[in-house]
Amino acid sequence: MVNHYTATAKTLHWLMAVLLFGLLALGFYMHDLPLSPDKLKLYSWHKWAGVTAFLLVLVRLAWRLGHRPPPLPASMSKSMQFAAHAGHLALYGLMLAIPLSGWLMSSAKGFQTVWFGVLPIPDLLDKNKEVGDLLQTVHLGLNLLFVVTLLGHIGAALKHHFIDRDDILTRMLPAHAKEN
Amino acid sequence: MKRYILALLAAAALSLTAGAADYNQVQPAQSAITFTYKQMGVAVDGKFKRFSSQLSFDPAKPSAAKASFDVDLASVDTGAPEGDEEVAGKPWFNTKAFPTARFVSGTVKALGNNRYEVAGQLTIKGKTQEVVVPATFTAQGSKGVFDGSFTIRRADFSVGEGSWAKFDIVANDVLIKFRITATSK
Repeated sequence: MVNHYTATAKTLHWLMAVLLFGLLALGFYMHDLPLSPDKLKLYSWHKWAGVTAFLLVLVRLAWRLGHRPPPLPASMSKSMQFAAHAGHLALYGLMLAIPLSGWLMSSAKGFQTVWFGVLPIPDLLDKNKEVGDLLQTVHLGLNLLFVVTLLGHIGAALKHHFIDRDDILTRMLPAHAKEN
Repeated sequence: MKRYILALLAAAALSLTAGAADYNQVQPAQSAITFTYKQMGVAVDGKFKRFSSQLSFDPAKPSAAKASFDVDLASVDTGAPEGDEEVAGKPWFNTKAFPTARFVSGTVKALGNNRYEVAGQLTIKGKTQEVVVPATFTAQGSKGVFDGSFTIRRADFSVGEGSWAKFDIVANDVLIKFRITATSK
């Protein structure tokens, strides 16, 4: 029975899970630091990781378009299935919008993003303090929304596993791939 | 003979008027001192909002030109408010003890094509260095515009000490750019 995600989808999912948790933690941590060389270093790392996450989500979307995910269990009600799709749509939307808002914020604040210090990402916006501050608020707001959505995502996966006792969680786990 | 003398007089008068074109009234609103530094390899622009200057430049006598600038270091705009606060502090400019940076010109060499080389002394944070500043001059009606840029090393002036002393995060080289507009009286 093919009721699991492809190895590529799993790899991308867990790679991004680690990367996005790191990015979230780093983002909230570095923001309140007093200015120091380390702070500037962390900001650069955050931006490099953010560009990487954006590229990974594009790869993921491309993969997903070519490989339909396994169907949701029939035991799920229509409204639950709708909620699951809406949740995943929100996750993808935020995974695209958050790095974009960060990139635009960097441009508006006058600090160009140079991927790994090597590849300059063009500035789409000119330096403008008001726009920069606005985009900072947008970046924060989107991230808070992302945290809430992620909590829902994790909560739902755990509910499926421990309460509904279906295979929603396990079909994304690495071990499952070996059984098939 | 009479005509010849007249021509001579006219030529003398012309050269006198030319010599009187002394650009010495700096127009702050049309002048700017900006800088570019590298942070983690990324160029970031900043500027100084306030500076005062004395200038005397006659294109006919460039070697007699004189210029001095006093830059209010507390008026720095590094691109981020927390950066402005940071560089006013002791490890950077220490503006409480050293509120201004000063440039005083020495010899001015004409390189032709309205290009000049201004040697001078730059003092920041109590440290003086000889610098050579290339500049171009463009006359625009009654106004004269001086443009140029030169690179200094912040470590030469002990700017960015302590945890900032290494150059891996904030580079040593700082490109100073200026555009000074002056009118002649």
